[in-house]
Formats: sequence, C-alpha cells, structure tokens
Amino acid sequence: MSTITNKKKLSIICFSGDFDKLVAAFTLATGSSAVGYDVNIFFTFWGLNAIKKKKGRAFTGKGFLARFFGFLMGGINNVPLSKLNFLGASPKLMTYMMKKRNVATLKDLIEAAKNLNINLYACEMSMIILGLTLDDFIPEIKEVLGVANFLNYSEGGDRLFI
Amino acid sequence: MATKNLDITREHCPMTFVKTKIELAKLQPGDRLEVLLTEGEPLENVPRSSEEQGYKVISIEKVKDNIRKVIIEK
Repeated sequence: MSTITNKKKLSIICFSGDFDKLVAAFTLATGSSAVGYDVNIFFTFWGLNAIKKKKGRAFTGKGFLARFFGFLMGGINNVPLSKLNFLGASPKLMTYMMKKRNVATLKDLIEAAKNLNINLYACEMSMIILGLTLDDFIPEIKEVLGVANFLNYSEGGDRLFI
Repeated sequence: MATKNLDITREHCPMTFVKTKIELAKLQPGDRLEVLLTEGEPLENVPRSSEEQGYKVISIEKVKDNIRKVIIEK
C-alpha cells in the first residue's frame, strides 16, 4: 500500500440537532472518509443530542435547569425533522421510507462513522451550559474541544457549518 | 491470502463506497475483496477511490446486465 501525503481534510461543525441536517452531516462525513479524507466532526449545542449515550429522553446533566433541558432535548431517538416534524412522527416515517428504499438511515450512518474512525469531538462551552460531561456521550467521542483546538485540528482543510 | 465478498448492488450513496472502505480496511496485505456493484456512480467511484487510497484494482468484469464484479487487493 502506498503512503498518501497531503491527505485531504473535511471538518464539520455540527450545530444542528435536526434529523435531516444530521443525515446531511453524517452522509458527507462518511462519504468523505470513505474516499480517503481525514474527517472531523465537532458537535456543539443541539448537535450534542446526536452523541448522547442515552438515546431517549433522560434527565442528563448537572443542575435542575440543565436536567430539565436535557430531558426536553432528548437523545438521537428524539431528534426532530427541521420542517414538518408533526410532533416527532416525521423522523420515524422518514426512517421507514429510507429503509424501504435502501438508503442508509441516520443510525446506519452513525455506525458507519464509528467504523470509519471519523474523529468525533464535543464542544466544551455548550457542555458547560448544559451541564454535560464526556461520560454523558458515546465512547467514540475522542476529546472535548474549544474553538482554538478546533481551528488547530481543522487547519488546511475544508470547514462546514451544519 | 483470503478473499472476501461484498455485494453493494442494492446500496446507494454514500453506503456503496462506505461499505467497501470498511471491508477493505479489515483486509491484510495481499487479501482480496470481490465487490459486486452496479454501473454508474458505484462503478465510477469504488475503483477510483480504492486506487487513490493505495489499494490495487485487479479486474473489473461484467456479471450480468448492469452489474460488475470488481476485485480489489490490499
């Protein structure tokens, strides 16, 4: 196998916790990784819902308000569609349609991201606001980062805000 | 030297090349992966991106209609 120099890099800031935007972020991430890019995903604010260990609604976090927000935000099983959510029915219908048409579901894409060893990071500042710690996330989260480190890790590549 | 099989004829973007990459990463040097794929985007991308990442495309043969078998070696 030849060594690849000057590897291309894609860094995604995943701010959204919407089902459809998460599908877009993970599709780009897994596709790019599979064709040889180094891929970083930096989860911040609503995006953190996608990487919580508890997939459903749970009182995660420290402090009364944080736990209340944690419950309302929920985990990956509760992410809403950005439009036409219909009280959470649409992501389930969309997943059904994706399966029926053999398109990777959000869960498939997240599993693929783990298998491809995509670098997953969590945002320090939003974790402080929401009273979350690294223990509240899936073990694949490599590190908790601030802006400076994110810029450092993403330097020289493409950056996307989703 | 082992040979593994992968059928991605029913997959769509990005899972065509994502599944291929995941399987290729599991191979030992000298091992081969036989990938069944369809013409169009998978046929354009799977051999190209595999070669770009240092794998060797041994052959591409027609299986039937629009289905091809691509043999890739690590």
